[in-house]
Parts: sequence; C-alpha cells; structure tokens
Amino acid sequence: MNLETLADTLGLKCKCCWEKLKSTEVKGGYAGDLLSDVMANSSAGDIWVTRQVHQNIVAVASLKDLAGIVVVQGASPDKETVDRASKEGVPIMVTDMAKFEVVGRIYRLLSEG
Amino acid sequence: MGESGPEIFRCNLHIHTCLSPCGDLDMHPRAVVEEALAQGLDIIAICDHNSSENVPYVIRAAHGTPLCVIPGMEVCTREEAHVLALFGEQPQLSLLQDFVYANLDGLNDEDAFGLQPIVNEAGEVEGFNERLLIGATGITLEALVSRIHEYGGLAIAAHIDRPSFSVIGQLGFIPPHVPFDALEISARLGIRGGRDRFPELSAYPFITSSDAHFIQDIGAACTRMALKSPCIAEISMALKKQGGRYIEEDA
Repeated sequence: MNLETLADTLGLKCKCCWEKLKSTEVKGGYAGDLLSDVMANSSAGDIWVTRQVHQNIVAVASLKDLAGIVVVQGASPDKETVDRASKEGVPIMVTDMAKFEVVGRIYRLLSEG
Repeated sequence: MGESGPEIFRCNLHIHTCLSPCGDLDMHPRAVVEEALAQGLDIIAICDHNSSENVPYVIRAAHGTPLCVIPGMEVCTREEAHVLALFGEQPQLSLLQDFVYANLDGLNDEDAFGLQPIVNEAGEVEGFNERLLIGATGITLEALVSRIHEYGGLAIAAHIDRPSFSVIGQLGFIPPHVPFDALEISARLGIRGGRDRFPELSAYPFITSSDAHFIQDIGAACTRMALKSPCIAEISMALKKQGGRYIEEDA
C-alpha cells in the first residue's frame, strides 16, 4: 500500500513531503516513543507511529529508511523537526487519534493488503 | 614563590535527597553530608528531580566541614530525558527553579510516588513539596540547555547509558547541536566502560556519579578531577581541559 492511500484512509494531515506520499510504499509498521528502541527494532519501509516530536525523530526515520512518521494525540512537531524532515525527505503526518487506535487501523489496513 | 598546581578532588555530582519522591527518607541533608565525608568525597552536587528546595540545607549542613556542595537539579525535559544543571551560586539555581516550576504540571500522589519532604540541616521537616516532581516538564531539551547556560550553569546529560530517562534512551543519540558540557555515565558502567561503549562520543567530557537515592550508594562512584580549588568554575575548566585542569579517566 502506498503512503497516500494510507494517509487518506485514516484522514492524516501531512506536514511535509506531500510529493513523496504516492511513490512511497509502506511495507510494515512500528510504534514507539523511545528512539533507541525504534532504531534497534524498526525495519526499512515501516510507517512509524509515535508521540515523540523532537527533531531526532527525523534522523531516526532517515537512518532506518522508514516510509514516514505519524505523530499522534494531536501533538505538534517542532518547526525545527518539520524543517529538517522537509530537507531530508521524510514525510510527517499528524492526527488527533490516540496511538492505540492509529496502530490498530494501520495494522488492519496492511493485513487486508 | 611557586603557585601550587591542581590537586585531585573526588567529585560525586549527582546525589538525591529525601525531597525526590524516589529518594530514601534517610537521605536528609546532614546524613548526606556525613556519608559523603565518610566516603572521602571532596565535592558533591545535590540534584533532586525538578526541585532544589533541599539544596540550601545541605549547604548549611556542610558548613564548617571540608565538603563542597554544588547547587544543582536533575530536570526532566519534555522528551522525558534527564539533564543535570549545576551552578556556582544558589540565586542562579533559583532562576532555573522558577522556569522549571512554571513548566511543571500536576500534584504528587504520595502513595504512588513517595513523600517529598523538605528537611533542614538539623533533620527537622520544614514542609512537603506538593508538586509532581517525578513528572516531565514541558521544556524542550534545547530550551533547557540554553536556559542553564543563560543562568551561568553547566548542563550534563544524565546517565546516558541507561535505557530509561536518558537522552540516548529517549532520543536515540546525543543531538549534535545541543551544547552539553559533559555526559554522565552511570556508576555501573563507569567512565572507561562508557568510552568503550560510546566511541562516537569521544569529543565529550565524561563524568560518572552515583545518582544515589539511598545513603549506602553515595560512595558508589566518583569522578576524580584535577582542580586548583573546589568550585564550579574549576570544574568547568576541567571539563574543557583548560589551565592544567582535567578529569582523571584511568582511576
């Protein structure tokens, strides 16, 4: 599934890198707020669901070649975070939904293919 | 006339008191000072969670002893990373305290998190702090370090080798744009262990501290610093290896 379909289905708001959504394939997902854990256990192509908004999330997503970042619970990524994500080509999307609901819906979407 | 060179001072720059909800009630100011002296420490810093209200009493308890007490605080940032703030003077710490309290929500639940007593140098309870000191402030890591420096203090990332409440645990790595004055390695790993584990951080000064929450842990670690006198300005010079001051890493 591409990132644009996923974002549209869940009603996510994109903060940067709109142009990459259609061409980015989501291969799986990972959820976590401890960046050390995400660095150790996420896989390339994962959509990453997190409540963390520090600009280090961009570096982790870039390093692990993640498909994009979904920031949950209405949290607003810092300007520095969004600027850096734009520069590094990492899509950041936001939603008011809680992490539990976002993860459940993404899991079902990806399972149904 | 010869000027005397630096001497080695034994420093433990991260010690809690009973004010921290997770700190043992036996960690009252006089007991902390007595144990620090018994352990042969020359300099300690008092760093309670998001609060500094026992600092003046520890300083008074050490009055007339050879122990130097540095005013400090362990602040929890918005990212839930712990940072030590160390100052030369109590008024500087008070400025940071105002900033921290203005950005710290919630009230303590003593049954869930523990008591937060303010205890004087005679061991008498002056009152209880009612704030949720165990909580995270709304202050970003960048804003905190910048504010500590603005008030003339040193900013040290706490226990970076620990998985919880450390900058590396929360944020994956030390953000290179955040100007930490030093990084703290926990007592279990020590400075040498830290150097082995974090070769990419070789440009940063390392210290190790006990992060003591219990009296018997106060002597669990110390950083040996070559200083001319026990004060924050000399510690700052040692971190920067200036003027013959340094941190002894081989001990």
